[in-house]
Amino acid sequence: MKKMNRREFLTKTVGTGVKTFVFGNLVCTTAELLQDKKSFANSASKKEEPEKVIFGFLVDTRKCIGCGSCVRADKAENGVPEGFFRTWVERYTFFPNGRVLVDSPKGAEDGFWPVKEDKERTLGKPYHHYFVPKLCNHCIDTPCIQVCPVGASFETKEGVILIDQKRCVGCAYCVQACPFGTRYINPEKGVADKCTWCYHRTTQGLKPACVEVCPVKARIFGNISDSESEISKLLRDNRVQVLKSYLGTRPKTRYIGLDSGVI
Amino acid sequence: MHHYFVEGFVLPNQNQIWWTILIVLYPYITGIVAGAFIISSLYHVFNKEDLKPVSRFSLLMAFAFLLFATCPLLGHLGRPERALNIMLTPNPTSAMAGFGFIYATYLIILAIEIWLVYRPDIVYLSKHSSSMLLRKLYWLLSLGVDNVSKSSLESDHKVMIFLASIGIPAACTLHGYVGFIFGAIKANPWWSSPMMPVIFLLSAIVSGIAMVLVCYQAIHYLKGRAIDSQCTQALMGYLWLFAIIDVAIELLEIINHAYMANEDWEVLHELVMTKLFVSYVVIQMLVCSVIPIGLLGAAIIFRKRLSDRIRNAMGFLSAMLLLIQVLAMRWNVVIGGQMFSKSFRGFLRFDVEVFGREGLLVAFAIFLMPFITLGIFARLLPLWGPIETYPKKWLRKGLPEKQNLTFPEPAHPS
Repeated sequence: MKKMNRREFLTKTVGTGVKTFVFGNLVCTTAELLQDKKSFANSASKKEEPEKVIFGFLVDTRKCIGCGSCVRADKAENGVPEGFFRTWVERYTFFPNGRVLVDSPKGAEDGFWPVKEDKERTLGKPYHHYFVPKLCNHCIDTPCIQVCPVGASFETKEGVILIDQKRCVGCAYCVQACPFGTRYINPEKGVADKCTWCYHRTTQGLKPACVEVCPVKARIFGNISDSESEISKLLRDNRVQVLKSYLGTRPKTRYIGLDSGVI
Repeated sequence: MHHYFVEGFVLPNQNQIWWTILIVLYPYITGIVAGAFIISSLYHVFNKEDLKPVSRFSLLMAFAFLLFATCPLLGHLGRPERALNIMLTPNPTSAMAGFGFIYATYLIILAIEIWLVYRPDIVYLSKHSSSMLLRKLYWLLSLGVDNVSKSSLESDHKVMIFLASIGIPAACTLHGYVGFIFGAIKANPWWSSPMMPVIFLLSAIVSGIAMVLVCYQAIHYLKGRAIDSQCTQALMGYLWLFAIIDVAIELLEIINHAYMANEDWEVLHELVMTKLFVSYVVIQMLVCSVIPIGLLGAAIIFRKRLSDRIRNAMGFLSAMLLLIQVLAMRWNVVIGGQMFSKSFRGFLRFDVEVFGREGLLVAFAIFLMPFITLGIFARLLPLWGPIETYPKKWLRKGLPEKQNLTFPEPAHPS
């Protein structure tokens, strides 16, 4: 074997390293480009596809009675682990001295009980309360997709934010980044988990489980790109808000009758 | 599963603290790496002769800590077996996705730099080491290159300067990026701040210098060797400077929060004054900042009136306190940021887990590993200086008592 001096050795090692790196990147990039091209071709070939579907979710807080049916239905439909919630209901109780009491016992899985007597003794008799259902906001500029280091969080063509649980490493960065506390690490799977707007149902033309069971129609789900859909009409005819709008995540879950105290 | 004590209204999914002790340890370890590397660069690149006694040690220390920087992360991941996804399918918009690449680059730079610094020793030992096996090992470490002529060493030095010119920004990136991981989370007002990378970087430098100062003095004291007071004095000077800037910026950050008093200040104020009072106000800001900065200042200002022994003791104590300060800072950021709910209406208590995958014992074990590794390095390479410091038993018998420090001529001219 030819003896190598140090200069040759260094040139060769560094050269091989650089080549491997550049070539590896090229392969990855090309693969991605090809994939993009393929999906582009697919979408182009389906020109006669009926209409674009963009899902939207509307919560009418004025209607919610805090029965917790949605939470139970969600748990049953999606096998949500004990102690975690893909959706929950919060109760805001107002007292004469201006104090607001917020609670959500077990995420309202069993509904609500009247405010405890001892609270009434210290704070007075509540004069007003309302319920606010919460779930994933499927934001347009969502921080969870932005921060996911492995690209496990992604947006579907319908605008639904999902998690590829086969790719997720369970670092919990998305859990930290979600301003709404909708994500958690599934203790059984070790990966991130959250509300999917029941993607397995909605892509089959069904409603999400929580919407299906709501007895007062406080949850409305539908195609917002269809201007004649129920949700589109409601969005048009009402003053709607989103949670934590100041963070600029542009949530797609919208609310009617949201109070400024709700964060 | 943990059940955490909650008070007020905590969002139902926030029933536990996700990032725990291991995530406190991770920036602590990478911080020491960055700081130690900067110390070694001050000598190797910027020719700060005072730091010569610790220049090699700090390089090895940076390497030893860097080797274990991934352990806390692996221990924390829900699916550690998929860890490499971070390099296989990195998401370009994620700061965290940069970790694998920044880490790998830095590890390679550091390894090459150590090899270049130690090359003459490795070559010498590959010829004069006491046993055949060791000579073979050193030969392997030398990668078959035994040219240690003057011109060869000079070109080594050029490569080293070039590497350091990448290495210093890489060290800054590695740690600035850790700060960015927290600083860029707008969902969390305790984290979200453009100051975060700066604070992380400065505290990294502080912890690195402090660790070098502590280890240098401790090892020399235990081995009964003389401590080079010029070196400790220089280290104390740098430590003082960086500690002042670091604490000043940490203070500015909290004052800024308080002065702006955004809607989240209510919860942050409560956090600082109750939940983090001991770890933040008392430990991080008072005891472990004021005392060491004062002590270091005194040791530097009154250096002519104080004996070396006293000054070194003052430096040692200050460095220990600053090591605690930086650890407290990591704790207050990582754990503190998760002790309040995103409802801004409630708090969680963090109970330290002792056993278990992310517990205190595992954290201790991981933190111990770099020191054990340094111990192994010390058996192979001289930690402090070049060849004259080899223990005699390392070398073949029959070599002259006083080693000739000029390196042997290359066997085959390059």
